[in-house]
Amino acid sequence: MSETVRRKGITGYILLAPAVVWLVAFFLIPFYSLLAASLFNSDGSDFRGYTMTYEWSNYWHAIQDYYPQFIRSLVYAGFATFFCLILGYVLAYAIAFKSGRWKNLMLVLVIAPFFTSFLVRTLSWKLILGNDGVVVNTLQFLHILGPNGHLLYTPFAVVMGLTYNFLPFMVLPLFASIDKIDYRLIEASNDLYANPVVGFFKVTWPLSLPGVVSGTLLTFIPAVGDYINDELLGSTQTRMIGNTIQSLFTEANDYPAASALSVILMLMIVVMVLFYVKRAGTEDLL
Amino acid sequence: MRWLQSKVVLILGILVLVYTFVPISVVVVMSFNKLPSEQSKIYRFNQFTLDNWLHPCTDPSMCQALGRSIEIGLLATLGATILGTLAAFALVRHSFVGRSSTNVLIFLPMAAPEIVMGSSLLALFVSAGFAGQLGFTTILIAHIMFCLSFVIVTVRSRLAGLSDTLEQAAMDLYATPQQTFWKVTFPLVFPGILGAALLSFSLSFDDFIITNLNAGNTTTFPMYVWGVSRKTIPMQINVVGTVMLIVSVLIVVGGEVRNRRRTRALAGPSPARRDSVVAAAGARSSAGGLEAV
Amino acid sequence: MSHLAEDTTTVAAAEGTPGAGLGLRALTKQFANFTAVDSLDLDVPTGSFFALLGPSGCGKTTTLRMVAGLETPTSGTIHLAGKDITHQKPYRRPVNTVFQNYALFPHLDIFENVAFGPRRRKVAGIDAEVHRMLELVELTSQTRKVPAQLSGGQQQRVALARALINKPEVLLLDEPLGALDLKLRRQMQIELKRIQTEVGITFIHVTHDQEEAMTMADTIAVMNAGVIEQMGAPDDLYENPRTTFVANFLGQSNLIDGTIRSRDGDMTRVDMHGIMVSVPRERTHATDSRGWVGIRPEKVLIGEEGEALDAPGNTIPGGVISDVSFVGVSTQYLVRMPWGQELQVFEQNTGRRRIFRTGDRVELSWRPEYAFVLDHAQDASAGSQIDDE
Ligand SMILES: Nc1ncnc2c1ncn2[C@@H]1O[C@H](COP(=O)(O)OP(=O)(O)OP(=O)(O)O)[C@@H](O)[C@H]1O
Ligand SMILES: [Mg+2]
Repeated sequence: MSETVRRKGITGYILLAPAVVWLVAFFLIPFYSLLAASLFNSDGSDFRGYTMTYEWSNYWHAIQDYYPQFIRSLVYAGFATFFCLILGYVLAYAIAFKSGRWKNLMLVLVIAPFFTSFLVRTLSWKLILGNDGVVVNTLQFLHILGPNGHLLYTPFAVVMGLTYNFLPFMVLPLFASIDKIDYRLIEASNDLYANPVVGFFKVTWPLSLPGVVSGTLLTFIPAVGDYINDELLGSTQTRMIGNTIQSLFTEANDYPAASALSVILMLMIVVMVLFYVKRAGTEDLL
Repeated sequence: MRWLQSKVVLILGILVLVYTFVPISVVVVMSFNKLPSEQSKIYRFNQFTLDNWLHPCTDPSMCQALGRSIEIGLLATLGATILGTLAAFALVRHSFVGRSSTNVLIFLPMAAPEIVMGSSLLALFVSAGFAGQLGFTTILIAHIMFCLSFVIVTVRSRLAGLSDTLEQAAMDLYATPQQTFWKVTFPLVFPGILGAALLSFSLSFDDFIITNLNAGNTTTFPMYVWGVSRKTIPMQINVVGTVMLIVSVLIVVGGEVRNRRRTRALAGPSPARRDSVVAAAGARSSAGGLEAV
Repeated sequence: MSHLAEDTTTVAAAEGTPGAGLGLRALTKQFANFTAVDSLDLDVPTGSFFALLGPSGCGKTTTLRMVAGLETPTSGTIHLAGKDITHQKPYRRPVNTVFQNYALFPHLDIFENVAFGPRRRKVAGIDAEVHRMLELVELTSQTRKVPAQLSGGQQQRVALARALINKPEVLLLDEPLGALDLKLRRQMQIELKRIQTEVGITFIHVTHDQEEAMTMADTIAVMNAGVIEQMGAPDDLYENPRTTFVANFLGQSNLIDGTIRSRDGDMTRVDMHGIMVSVPRERTHATDSRGWVGIRPEKVLIGEEGEALDAPGNTIPGGVISDVSFVGVSTQYLVRMPWGQELQVFEQNTGRRRIFRTGDRVELSWRPEYAFVLDHAQDASAGSQIDDE
């Protein structure tokens, strides 16, 4: 009745057309180009050109040559997502329930750092984790790190960088979810169980699951394809799949192999997301 | 002790916030750092100086890259905001066939890893014979593409929250459809459009992965930083980082203050504003989009 | 129910022809395959306070929206002051609306909300006019606040001022008091009535609160399932309902199955389960030989068995009290009649008579001029509060 009435007619199509055309032309069609490129003859090059030879072996070679990078990407991104979840949950919970009138300020503070250049921020981790930096010196002093031990150029630094850079993608959906929970439910559970820990796992956590699901996906997906953190904070021993794809494209000019890797990465993510959403949707959310 | 117990979560939360500010403070501090020598590869604090702030363009190529990023950012923002706003109106206000596939099409670019989007676009440009012409135009095309979804999602949520009885009231009060749009609809949706534009600009300005693959010989600011990260790092990049931080904080706080002033009489922080902060800055966190899958 | 349309027009014709006020002719609105408003005929005389009363979903809002131009009729016409405005754009009609939830512009302050209409029409002297309007609704001290800073009642007044400032031919009010609590509601009812008398504009007030309609309106149209059931002055509607829906929806009625034996002179004689009662001819709305004899509970007198109540009345013996509820000013009885039906009887606590107890045998009576006879084809429980809520 006084609900928004959707108007019929061609105006809707006219308004929608430019955006849809743009997305089809520069998002969807490129993906087909990528699929096609992944099946080109592997001995072609930029200059000689490629031909479509349905070179399925590109995939086989890509997996054979680069599976360590794939596994590394998954592991690093998995760890980063896990750390983000812990840190993000604490922060989101604190903002939603404990910040009182500072709620808005804290939200702004979560977002603000991320308006500073991604690369510049990541570079400053280089300084913080550097061999003469405060962190390394402290750890060496405490004998947690050996006298020649270092943090920079290790998997630790890479995971740390990923965790740091993708934290807001975790905090915001978590906050949106937790903020919706009626705090009286938590009080009631504390009243009934008398144990905040049990109350948390029986009430808060299940109710925040939608935020957990979207937060973990939104952290994991960009993290698994990222190569900036790895390039700046890692070493040749820590290369992830993103590094490989980009260097095959821009340095080695091996388009078919790079495309095949890209397609595999995308498919892997789609499968994982579907599986994850389904699981979360059927077993935990209901 | 009880006090500590009741505040433990808050304190932990603040510690996490502090963690996110550690690199920022390094950026700010380093913007006042004087390198021991021009070619120094050592990246740590040496000596206080205002030089970096007074002479930001010591390396002209940095300022060139910065200018190019701003230019691309503005154009991409303009393009994505216009296309995205129109599409958001269509999605909320008009009926058409293919609504759910359109929603999926809008959602996917927000979920796909950048490396995949970047390499797909490159594959398209190469197969279309543009391999030699990669540069400003191809970057702009890519930026509009990945900003578009965020604009649509942000404006759409603002528009969906707007009851159309307000527009009917305007029509009832003798406003023509044009007047209704400009006096009622647009002012009410404007905060959403503005938020979407700011988000677009920051996404575009900061993008590296997609840009790098499709840039040819053109250098944007993130690409410049990438380039120098393995060589001598000019401290001026920290000046740029600090300015970006200040500007964005001013924008957010300014909006907040303006909003506070309007609703001062009402108790509590305004949830609407908070929603828009969450929606704008974290449009990636469009949980709605994920549920659609 | 097409015979009702004739009655409707005769009532309106007395006060004005379609040329003068607002006239709806065969107005129909269909949504997909659902008819929300069904061939509606309605005349609203100029300057009247007109109430459109009906249960939820009966098509009141749809009718108003068609008059305002916010909805296009499927068929039929709308005339205003002699002009056909059926297809005129909403922003060209001399009609304004007070929306159900006020629809105040949140980005404009009170002053600008009220000035919105005049600004669109580019009239002169807006400032003075806005102040005059805000004075009328007693809001002069709040002009620079935004709607979110006002209370419900204040917002309601702004919505009223915003519409009235345009001096429309007709002001449409869609449940303008629906969002207010009971006390404020009563207060605003009086206020609205005062303002209407002061400005003399035709008000069409939509409500599903019958008490509100009765206290405020000069004329009430009772609407049900897309058609007007009956229209008239509040007391006329109450005292002489023509359909079971009106009889039940406005107050309560006892409806008793009866067979019409004769229609001679100005009285109709009805056999009510073996008891003959008389009803005036002009209050007999049944055309067949069967009908529902209707009587309002407060019109029924109750007495001891065998007590000769009010001589010229219809007397119905053999009742047994089945329930008593004492509500202070009156006592409400349920009386089981020999044919098994329970009748409602309200008696004023004048102290003249004792209060009966459950199980007491009683005799009922009412004056013939208070009874009415309704068409037997109609559902005797239509419009009763029980199935409405
Ligand atoms: N746009 C629409 N599409 C389909 N059906 C509609 C639409 N608008 C109204 N209806 C239907 O028409 C009927 C009348 O609606 P209307 O809003 O006029 O009722 P109402 O009398 O104002 O009720 P209420 O007292 O609850 O406000 C309802 O059954 C409603 O479901
Ligand atoms: Mg209604």
